[in-house]
Amino acid sequence: MEAASIPAGPPASQRVKQLIGTYGLTAVLLIMPVWFAIQDLTDEGNLVRLGENLVAGLSNGAIWALVAIGYTLVYGIVELINFAHGEIFMIGSFISASLIVTLGLTVDSAAVPVFFGLLAALLLAMIGSGTLNVLIERVAYRPLRSAPKLAPLITAVGMSFILQNVGLLWKGGNQQGVPDLLNAQNTLFTVFGVTIENADVLSVVVTIPLLIVMTSFINRSRLGKAMRATAQDPEAARLMGINVDTTISLTFLLGGMLAGAAGLIYAMYQTTIWFFQGFTGGLIAFTAAVMGGIGNLRGAVLGGLIIGFIQQMSDNRIGTEWTPAIVFGYLVLIMVFKPSGLLGEQTRDAG
Amino acid sequence: MSVAASEAQQTPPEQKKGFELPGWAEKILIPAIVLLIAIVLPLIPSIGENAALMQQMAVALAYVVMALGLNIIVGFAGLLDLGYVAFFAFGAFAVGWFASGHFAYVNNEQGIHLLVGGNTVNLPGIHFNFLIVLVIAVILTTIAGMIIGLPTLRLRGDYIAIVTLAFGEIIGRLAVNLDGTTILGGTPVTAGRQGISPVDRIDLPFLDPFTVLDKKPWFYFALFLVVLVLFVNFRLRDSRMGRAWVALREDEIAAVAMGVPAVKTKLMAYGAGAAFGGLSGAYLASLLNTVNADQFQFSFSILVLAMVILGGLGSIWGVVIGAIVLSILNNWLIPDVINDLPSNVGLEFDMTQITFAIYGFLLLLMMILRPQGLLPERRHQMELTEHAETTDETLYTARS
Repeated sequence: MEAASIPAGPPASQRVKQLIGTYGLTAVLLIMPVWFAIQDLTDEGNLVRLGENLVAGLSNGAIWALVAIGYTLVYGIVELINFAHGEIFMIGSFISASLIVTLGLTVDSAAVPVFFGLLAALLLAMIGSGTLNVLIERVAYRPLRSAPKLAPLITAVGMSFILQNVGLLWKGGNQQGVPDLLNAQNTLFTVFGVTIENADVLSVVVTIPLLIVMTSFINRSRLGKAMRATAQDPEAARLMGINVDTTISLTFLLGGMLAGAAGLIYAMYQTTIWFFQGFTGGLIAFTAAVMGGIGNLRGAVLGGLIIGFIQQMSDNRIGTEWTPAIVFGYLVLIMVFKPSGLLGEQTRDAG
Repeated sequence: MSVAASEAQQTPPEQKKGFELPGWAEKILIPAIVLLIAIVLPLIPSIGENAALMQQMAVALAYVVMALGLNIIVGFAGLLDLGYVAFFAFGAFAVGWFASGHFAYVNNEQGIHLLVGGNTVNLPGIHFNFLIVLVIAVILTTIAGMIIGLPTLRLRGDYIAIVTLAFGEIIGRLAVNLDGTTILGGTPVTAGRQGISPVDRIDLPFLDPFTVLDKKPWFYFALFLVVLVLFVNFRLRDSRMGRAWVALREDEIAAVAMGVPAVKTKLMAYGAGAAFGGLSGAYLASLLNTVNADQFQFSFSILVLAMVILGGLGSIWGVVIGAIVLSILNNWLIPDVINDLPSNVGLEFDMTQITFAIYGFLLLLMMILRPQGLLPERRHQMELTEHAETTDETLYTARS
């Protein structure tokens, strides 16, 4: 920045820094796919395996995208990392799984009950998670809105632990199976040798309409306008007659609802749920939100898809036990190279 | 009898809240009394001969050291570190690597020995004297702390929390997963979830080697560590560096404008805080006689953070009390006293299962009701309560 005022133009070191700032993150992101593409081409002569990683990655990434939007919305409006958001996602999974079991749906159920059962589970998970998120904001964040930033961050961590233990008591410490209503791993059709499974279709069918509704709500509706105004400047928004408290609650509601939907997809996709999925899932989704540029809706979706792809490649080729370390490694790299993310931050103090 | 022990340790510092003591009494008298009680306690046979109780007391003191270290990072410098467990891990691995039979194949299975006595001389593996291991642990963790601190320097407060958390998780993952990667003639780097065990017991010069049965020397060594760390902590707080930490915490822009070097100051905070974590980690590894990857989980970071928050961010005595209270809660109250409470009222779970919900609840409660902690530091209390009072209402009334 200072260098720009020097007439002779920025020195070489500055230019290198700028280059790293602009393309560094993209280059880091390309390492894994390019490496594995070369490996596939030399070993097998085609890119089918990478393509399968990509498809599974994208449908997995849709889950992270939905959760990441919750992080990004909340961060945009109250500048707080909602640590408990991952647990909201977990509770969403639990609600939908419980409803499916209560309704008595099994693998052998006919298509129509399965469809309506899933729809009911989706709605209930969204309502439950959304309400929970609003309650959390009421209890843990609102009293601390004018305290130093450290305070709500710590209550967020506390809240996350409480919810984790709620999940532990609810479904026990081990992974729980969910009836595989959709035969998630069944191949629906193949494109260029890449198999598309039922679960992939489910995640696309649920995610895309939700995203469209969400973005048009935020961009078109009156309440969405209020949300954007509050994110830009809460004081000014309040002076313009916007009820800031309600708007913040609404933001938490929307974020929670998306996390609930993600919870259902996760339960159907993985067909197992457990209380700890929220912790890792939350961190992965947060990485996605930061990768896209926190506060940026499209960024969160993009980041989610990319992280899903990375995760899938790592699961498939390096080993599932390394996946968290790799995703967190990416998080650190983003922080080093470009804290503002791929598409840029849209927050008050992004500067 | 363990009730008596724990209460005796707690009461004296808490008297301070009730009435004001003259400065010299507050500074010297109360710490001296507490120290005296701590020294005398193990001499009472019913306490000193109870190995399980002494072990728990020693662990509590190790937690005090750990919490004092985190207090430097979070309390003094205001950098929320959620990956403190990484330093515990490095400290513990200093023992696992340099004071155990883990690397059995080094030096043609003869082992490397440095200033160790007794039977240890004949054992394979790397065996250094515990004091040397402590130095290694401190160096290792200081470097690790600075490396972890580096990428967070440019970041805003809440990003720091996430990046340190990510680092902590990465270190934990490495500890679990590196049991397949072999070095030094065929030994895996870590022993994963099985743990490196046994490790050397502490063997100090001029003293008999510590034994498993008699926990008194362990307790006294931990007490020595606490006193040492307390002394360093007080000196650091009142030093130029300590004032720079507080200045950065309160207003980074103003501090930098006044000539406080932000990078160096923050790195020093990470380094110093990490060093104490390493010290305590090495001691704990030797005391617990294992270096196990399952110890290095996120929840441990939260446990230590809860100690700091409970006692009061930035308050040295407060953190000591917080660490002791939570140790009692963690190691005795929850597993032994109220564990059966839910099943007695007809609920199907044990209290130990929801230990971390209790800590989470504690964090929540403290932050909302008493953010300055049990025994607040004066300056921090001002900071935390002043901010809380400047709500919109007060702003509006001030304007009109």
